[in-house]
Amino acid sequence: MEQFLQQIASGLANGAIYACVALALVMIYVSTDHINFAQGEMAMFSTYISWQLMTWGVSFWFAFVLAVVFSFVLGVVIERAILRPLHNAPVLSIVVVFIGLLAICNSVAGAIWSYLIKEFPSPFPKSSFGIAGVIGPHQLGVVIVTLVVLGLLFAFFRYTPLGLAMRAAAQNPQMARLVGVRVDWMLALGWGLAAAVGAVAGIMVAHIVYLDPNMMGGILLYAFASALVGGIGNPGGAVVGGFIVGVLENMVAYAGNQIEKATGIYIIGNGEKLTVALIIVITVLTVKPAGLFGRVVVKRV
Amino acid sequence: MGTSRRGFVGGASALALLSGSTAAFAQKKYSDGATDTEIKVGHTGPYSGPASSYGAIGKCIEAYWKSVNAAGGINGRKVNFITLDDGYNPAKIVELVRQLVEQDKVLCTFNTLGTPTNTAIHKYMNQKKVPMLYVATGASKWGKPKEFPWTMGYQPDYHTEGAIYAKHILANVKDPKIAVLMQNDDYGKDYFGGFKEGLGKDADKIVKNVTFEVTDPTVDSQIIQLKDSGANVFFNISTPKAAAQAIRKAADLNWKPAQYLNNVSASVGSVMKPAGLDNSQGIITAQYLKDPTDKQWENTDDFKAWVAWMDKWMPGANKADANYIYGFSVATLMHETLKKCGNELTRENVMKQAANFQKFKLPLLLPGITINTSPTDYYPIQSVQLARFKGESWDLFGDVMSAEGS
Repeated sequence: MEQFLQQIASGLANGAIYACVALALVMIYVSTDHINFAQGEMAMFSTYISWQLMTWGVSFWFAFVLAVVFSFVLGVVIERAILRPLHNAPVLSIVVVFIGLLAICNSVAGAIWSYLIKEFPSPFPKSSFGIAGVIGPHQLGVVIVTLVVLGLLFAFFRYTPLGLAMRAAAQNPQMARLVGVRVDWMLALGWGLAAAVGAVAGIMVAHIVYLDPNMMGGILLYAFASALVGGIGNPGGAVVGGFIVGVLENMVAYAGNQIEKATGIYIIGNGEKLTVALIIVITVLTVKPAGLFGRVVVKRV
Repeated sequence: MGTSRRGFVGGASALALLSGSTAAFAQKKYSDGATDTEIKVGHTGPYSGPASSYGAIGKCIEAYWKSVNAAGGINGRKVNFITLDDGYNPAKIVELVRQLVEQDKVLCTFNTLGTPTNTAIHKYMNQKKVPMLYVATGASKWGKPKEFPWTMGYQPDYHTEGAIYAKHILANVKDPKIAVLMQNDDYGKDYFGGFKEGLGKDADKIVKNVTFEVTDPTVDSQIIQLKDSGANVFFNISTPKAAAQAIRKAADLNWKPAQYLNNVSASVGSVMKPAGLDNSQGIITAQYLKDPTDKQWENTDDFKAWVAWMDKWMPGANKADANYIYGFSVATLMHETLKKCGNELTRENVMKQAANFQKFKLPLLLPGITINTSPTDYYPIQSVQLARFKGESWDLFGDVMSAEGS
């Protein structure tokens, strides 16, 4: 029983990581209609910025804010400088650009900060909250921060004119332009926001997985799974998807253990965690392509 | 006719070889890649991709040859070191090594990095009869002179190291119940195989063995399972990031077994500190190189020489990175091997010299550990010393343990 609770808690904590990164993926998708493969590496880069600021003596939360702002600007700049000229290019060219960005971010971070793993501080008090032995304070903090970011995004898209304009620009650029939305800037803004959310994710994750240029490699895969399970166009869905994937992968290991204990036969276990994540993606894509919480988009041809 | 002529040439060269060791006027002999002025050495390493932290080794070796060339080279010849980026990708290294052997015509390759990558070129190099020296991997398969006479490893192999931990556990832990965390690949299995062999008939003392994939973001779930097994010994077979996570998670869960950590992750800077020094106290590992962050070496001669060399040839590099220790020591061994070849820079002679070290003292190895090879022993370093983590550094204890001849 103790193990069961610990596995659930650890699954939720991992799920929060996936959810954070999945949120950034959803942001880009909602505001530009693309899936950014470089999202994880951009987040990693932002995390290094905050780490650098902290080693220069800036306090955690101030460094956090600066890194998020910096990422926002970087996101806007990337859109204006790199993606703007590809405005009418086929999807494949854009995918190649994303993969190029991924490689560039990774190598540049490695060249500047080296590939040694670094400790990253946690902003949450060490012992005053958290349930000892089941879930640590940092893990709990990550879950809370993820939910706060989700709330902010939801409010932004739902209740502000700018949020509405951004959604319009992504879903129907021509119409949006006709009603006076500056579509170009909306796309850039979307990039900025996604980069900012990514920075939050990176800074939250780094304490758990340690800071190194490859820290997002494994996570991005699970984040894709989460975003797809929840519905790639739905921020709330992405977060729920993250928690589902996180808990499910631990349950796979747990169930495998129990079966092995009871029958002595190894059927499923730790080796199959990633496989399970990928099976989830395939199942969702075939059975319910829009994701569990996604709306089915009907396009007239 | 042809036969007798070949016999004559063979006899003459054997004569030259015999006199070569004593007489200075020995005839110069070259294979591809060596001339009067140059020795071409090939290398590949992961300058990009998932294992790019090990790219530091290649950079260090490159700087080493620069410093050797600046000091006049080896027996008057400059080392032309060609290093390429394989991205830790087995498919890519095959292509690159073919280029090195067939186009650049290197004399030998040196310290190509990674178990999967070296596995991919193992057969090719032996078919082509090109020396593949001091590969940067601890798998146990690099020391098989009968099947693969052109390949030689460098560091103590994982198999032997695993067996040494097993012996120590059996001798020191009362009623051991062992939990193992293992990276699910050749490297993990090699360690685990040696560990089980070391336990021998006590292999049933392993109460739980869980695996993880390098792509897993955390190993938290695995550590929960290990704790649940009620084990009192924890053998940690993982690469630095997962190793640090495992040590920290065990402490978070209040699980306090006797911990054994594989040498691959025995770095103070990149494992013990990130895992938390408090959480790391008492962990046991096996070492063969001096840890650059360990203060006890600061005043030893070879370490001081290394620091001076780093300041001059790799300014700005992070001296806490143990890869620079590794790169410097293995390059020194290659330097010595080529120097011993004298003017007979043939591929056969390179292998012959590599397989002929007796108690050779290499800088930066732990005191008491030396290089020993022979035509039947292709494992240069086979000794380690156990160390216990105490305060902020490794505290060596016991004798240098050796698996020489086994």
